[in-house]
Amino acid sequence: MTRAPRTATTAATPWVAAAAVLCLAVVSMLVGAAESDVRALWSDPEVREVFVVSRVPRTLALVLSGASLAVAGLIMQHLARNRFVAPTTAGTVDAAAVGLLVAVLVVPGIAVMGKVLIALVFSLAGTALFIWLIQRVQYKDVLLVPLIGLVLGGVYRAGAEFFAYRNNLTQALNTWFNADFSGIIEGRYETLWLAAAAAGTAYAFANLFTATGMGEAFATNVGVNYRAIMATGLTIAAMSTAVVVVTVGAIPFLGLIVPNVATLLLGDNLRRVLPVTALLGAALVLGCDIVGRLLIHPYEIAVGTIVGVVGSAVFLAILMRRGNRYAAA
Amino acid sequence: MPRPDAPPHSGATTVDAAARSRPAREVVVLTALGAVLVGAVVLFLTWDVGGYWEFALPRRAEQLAALAVVGVAVAVSTVVFHTLTQNRILTPSIMGFDALYVLLATSLVFFLGGTEVATMSDLTMFGLTTALLVGAATLLYRWVLGDGSRGLYTLVLVGVIAGTLFGSLSDFLYRVMDPNEYDVLLSDLYAGFNRIDTEVLWVAAALLVPATIVVFSRHATLDVLTLGRERAIALGIDHRRELTLMLMVVTVLVATSTALVGPIVFLGLLVANLAYQLTRTHRHLVNLAAASLVAVIALVLGQGVLEHVLGFTATLPSIINLVGGAHFVALLVKESRS
Repeated sequence: MTRAPRTATTAATPWVAAAAVLCLAVVSMLVGAAESDVRALWSDPEVREVFVVSRVPRTLALVLSGASLAVAGLIMQHLARNRFVAPTTAGTVDAAAVGLLVAVLVVPGIAVMGKVLIALVFSLAGTALFIWLIQRVQYKDVLLVPLIGLVLGGVYRAGAEFFAYRNNLTQALNTWFNADFSGIIEGRYETLWLAAAAAGTAYAFANLFTATGMGEAFATNVGVNYRAIMATGLTIAAMSTAVVVVTVGAIPFLGLIVPNVATLLLGDNLRRVLPVTALLGAALVLGCDIVGRLLIHPYEIAVGTIVGVVGSAVFLAILMRRGNRYAAA
Repeated sequence: MPRPDAPPHSGATTVDAAARSRPAREVVVLTALGAVLVGAVVLFLTWDVGGYWEFALPRRAEQLAALAVVGVAVAVSTVVFHTLTQNRILTPSIMGFDALYVLLATSLVFFLGGTEVATMSDLTMFGLTTALLVGAATLLYRWVLGDGSRGLYTLVLVGVIAGTLFGSLSDFLYRVMDPNEYDVLLSDLYAGFNRIDTEVLWVAAALLVPATIVVFSRHATLDVLTLGRERAIALGIDHRRELTLMLMVVTVLVATSTALVGPIVFLGLLVANLAYQLTRTHRHLVNLAAASLVAVIALVLGQGVLEHVLGFTATLPSIINLVGGAHFVALLVKESRS
């Protein structure tokens, strides 16, 4: 665990991140297939209509899902005491997708909230199994842990593929694993506020998570109910993941990379890192979405693809440059 | 068992006892596996033929050959990979090999054009992608390994992340690709065992045989490599050279099986660990043979079940990933209790 000194840079980081999110959000609202002129917003009701029904919800959805997924990753990394544990590397995303598949198959025409609930139950169960396993495996290598998660996720996904194939749902399954915001309009994104609420709750618990991240003995010593805080943290992470997967689809690596970058900048105090993590997550998703919309304009590339390329390239660069920190972490 | 360490050093008396009982156990296991394989093969060839022998037999024999090539390739590459990484829960697939193959095949279609690739013979396509894959994977290894100080763990993590990068890049290419070209690509990528090109099969076998011979002939070196880098060097092994050679062989094997039938992620993990459990030895000669036998048995039975019981309402990789992955989790749970 590293602790960066509180310097001018670290003090400025949250404000820089907030400014970046604001700028990107404005750009995001102005980019689109239907040209929207800023002046026309006031004069043309039709333009205003497009803006309110499509542009604003999309931008909000991007901010909410980016921020909450990044926070989910941060919490999981703290609780599992491993920098490589995130919704994508612990099988949480795949478990949520299985839940969504079950919801679609068993209760056809189920309402969105029902889907969220079932996906939540599955992602909670999947994540709990993962945590249970890694707490019991004897050879707790820093890389063994995410590998177990990846294999678990692979099993969930294989199960999902088996049933999806039999029910002609493989295409739907693929879209759940790759976030796409092109279908987001008013009325299609509001569930994401639940994920945001979960991330907000995480901030309230931040100090307790920090203590829990120090290990069971330390946490109990300072008067923290280890099991209860562990369960709360996992529920928050599973909730954010389930909501985002159901509403827009999974965004690969967001929960892995953004918390790593944030803790690299600010150290491991959750209360200090959490807001910056949320802002950086939002900024990354906003930026990637803008790129995805401009590259083959007027068509667009799903944001999950862009984040996958950008994110894994960034993480590879970090890993190769700072190999020692991660090799020893 | 998914133990990431070298063999435990037991007391002298137990070693003697093990040495006396070892040959018997190894012979029994290998013979039993051989018998099961013969049974599975006979069943596979004759099940539900209904008198159309001239039609069914050659087709099924061809399928069987493909299953055998893939099984041996996957088993041998995984066992060698386990030795190199000193970790029994890794497979080359986790390292992003499959994703790299898919990306290369996609790039070929994207940059050469779908019509160009469609008119190209399957053999040329196979040769091109295999050559590209071996080249790219070897370059990647050299870059990541560097002077050898980074260690295989960093390499593995880089592999996992690189896998995502390759997957996303392929996805990106799909999106900007002409839909017709995408169709060409799909039929090339996910051939499966139901449609095997005979010519390609021969080339794959021609690649498999020398690679497997290299591995089997160096089984003693592999036994020493199990002891870890330092001890292997102390015992006079040129560790860096052996590592590079073995990684190249692994790459050729994975490329061959992936190019032939598409990605099968957990097969290697499943068969290698089953083989270790059965043989209870660290000798590569035995483990390599046992893992190959288990792999071919699993594939033949899996394909049989797929065709006759499930009526093609699933894909072989998804069945194998499901069973193999569940088995792996069960292993972890079992180990956690001990």
